[in-house]
Amino acid sequence: MSASRFDQAAVQDILRSAEALRWELGRDYHDRVVETVYADAAGIADRAVTREGDRPRFDLDATIDRLVTSRVWGLPIMLLLLMLVFWLTITGANLPSNWIASVLIGRIYPALKQGAEAVLIPHWVSGMLIDGMYLSTAWVVSVMLPPMAIFFPLFTLLEDFGYLPRVAFNLDNFFKKAGAHGRQSLTMVMGFGCNAAGVVATRIIDSPRERLIAIITNNFALCNGRWPTQILIAGVFLGTLVSAQLAGLVSAASVVAIALLGVGLTLVASWVLSRTMLKGQPSTFSLELPPYRPPRVFQTLYTSLIDRTIYILWRAIVFAAPAGLVIWLVANVHLGGPSLAEILVNLLDPVGLFIGLNGVILLAYIVAVPANEIVIPTILMLTVLMTGVTGVGQGAGVIFQLDSQQTLQSLLTAGGWSLLTAVNLMLFSLIHNPCSTTIYTIYKETGSVKWTAVATLMPLILGVSVTFVVAQIWHLLAGAI
Amino acid sequence: MSCEACPVHNTGRPSHLGVDMGNWDYVVALAGNPNTGKSTVFNALTGLKQHTGNWPGKTVTRAEGGFEYGDKRFKLVDLPETYSLLSASLDEEIARDFILFGNPDVTVVVVDATRLERNLNLVLQVLEITGRAVVCLNLVDEARRHHLRVDERRLARDLGVPVVPTSARYRQGLPELLAAINDVAAGKTACKPHRIGGASPEVEQAVSGLARKIEAVFPKLTSARWVALRLLDGDARIAAAVRQGELGELEGASQTAVEGAALAEASA
Repeated sequence: MSASRFDQAAVQDILRSAEALRWELGRDYHDRVVETVYADAAGIADRAVTREGDRPRFDLDATIDRLVTSRVWGLPIMLLLLMLVFWLTITGANLPSNWIASVLIGRIYPALKQGAEAVLIPHWVSGMLIDGMYLSTAWVVSVMLPPMAIFFPLFTLLEDFGYLPRVAFNLDNFFKKAGAHGRQSLTMVMGFGCNAAGVVATRIIDSPRERLIAIITNNFALCNGRWPTQILIAGVFLGTLVSAQLAGLVSAASVVAIALLGVGLTLVASWVLSRTMLKGQPSTFSLELPPYRPPRVFQTLYTSLIDRTIYILWRAIVFAAPAGLVIWLVANVHLGGPSLAEILVNLLDPVGLFIGLNGVILLAYIVAVPANEIVIPTILMLTVLMTGVTGVGQGAGVIFQLDSQQTLQSLLTAGGWSLLTAVNLMLFSLIHNPCSTTIYTIYKETGSVKWTAVATLMPLILGVSVTFVVAQIWHLLAGAI
Repeated sequence: MSCEACPVHNTGRPSHLGVDMGNWDYVVALAGNPNTGKSTVFNALTGLKQHTGNWPGKTVTRAEGGFEYGDKRFKLVDLPETYSLLSASLDEEIARDFILFGNPDVTVVVVDATRLERNLNLVLQVLEITGRAVVCLNLVDEARRHHLRVDERRLARDLGVPVVPTSARYRQGLPELLAAINDVAAGKTACKPHRIGGASPEVEQAVSGLARKIEAVFPKLTSARWVALRLLDGDARIAAAVRQGELGELEGASQTAVEGAALAEASA
């Protein structure tokens, strides 16, 4: 099949006469064709469509739209809805979390250990498989399943109803002011689910400049893998600052604050990029607000449980099980005196403390590059190891049972955690390099090592700077009081 | 918000529902504006239960699935949602290229019955490329709710291709849609696609003159008029396709399918 099958002279003639005709027809040819299409479509539609009872009626959709996209009420309503979703998630997830943990870790784990001892499995094999792989998996399930099973259906209901494009509509103006494409608001909202998906979604942006901005800043949209970290740390450290009645509310508010900070960073980073590395004018576009559709509740519950909750949980388990194994090994391989994990943590500790975190958290983030989901389990395992707290764990590198938030808090406090550590962990969880899946997706979409590097390192550097500044201010204030 | 839109998610998955994707009789493209329920139609036809979002720009990649009808196997390709095929963003190009160069046996255009006029813009552009099309008039339940009545027979007469009213959310009209796709694929339905008309005489003259020249070189090309329209608009991608003879390679599948169907009917 080659071009030689066709008369090359005739082909050239076609192209030449097309070129000549273009000059004759003039520059408004494109518009004239588009107008013709529109006029044709209007005629056909007019003949086919009849409207019953032409009197104007109360239009519910338009009324809702006026409210949720209004200049005054649009943003407050958005915040309230987000607050409500997180409040339901945080307060609702506690009980099932404890219940699952008590079964998986309180009952099944000791049974497995006894069984292994009974059939004389060597200590190191049962350590790797049961203490390492089984426990980390059990942990991920009990910590992540309940919040996800509440959060995703709620979020999906909002999405099905048609609310997300309204969020984009509310934010569109900000993006334009930041020198970015208005559609970036949509890809950012998509990033709230998964940054890799958000990066792919930037294909709807036709200008390469604005598309790059959207890709680089997508990581600031808090993704599924990071929501559980935020929700858990907010519940344990910030919720407990106030009375029990207010705890859920305060935790929800702090998670919303972090998510909003992410939106703010997206805008600031877009603004900076569009004035430095990626200069240019924002292009215009039209954003269609889809009609509100009554969500099919049961189908939504089904699909969000199967497609999102189980899928993400599965992804977490796939990464957590081998990570559990590695962490158990790292904790139990001794080089001379201390274990490998202790050496690594001690090495990272000065850097970590410098930015208001600690070596355990930094090591956890290195281990968790493939999936943000396992940050919390890793931190907990390493903390037990480093503090040597007894009564909760049963040896080095063993992930343990948490029957309540108090246990978790007292453990982390024993590991040297303060309120600052918690706040900075939440900040760092928002602002650090994307996970490896997202990095790979960015490379595939941009085809450029340079932009992939920018998208990877820029948030990391920013994250370190932000946590550093927060830590310094914190210490100053603490010193002043 | 969706992992299913993510290419990472889809790679390595087994072909959906065990349909052997290497062995199909017809290729069906699924086009449509955003928010027409196109993904819902796709899921309904292929039996998938992926979540579909209610917002524009959800489908930015080509999703593929399959279904069987009668004794034929159909491969269904879900194209990105677009308002038009005339501009140059990546998603429109993916959709346009597949309809033109992918040479599907049938192109199904999903339209929103409540926003017919705007949706018809895309239909008319698709019909310029291929007459082997079926219009899926979706969301008729919503149109009813808004007290709109769409006369699908009138619409089918005007467009010259089958129009099937559906409500994919509630799985209404899908058997009829499958039958219409099958009939067009098998060449049982004669389509006389509407051509965009009413342009000024000089545009019409330029387009038809150029189209005649294109037809002379690529006699089996069915979309000569559309290629002419695009060349006059200075579309570099189409110009390159003309230059490299890519258009000439498009004579294949659909023609063979029609001939095959005709033979089958003759022998039956």
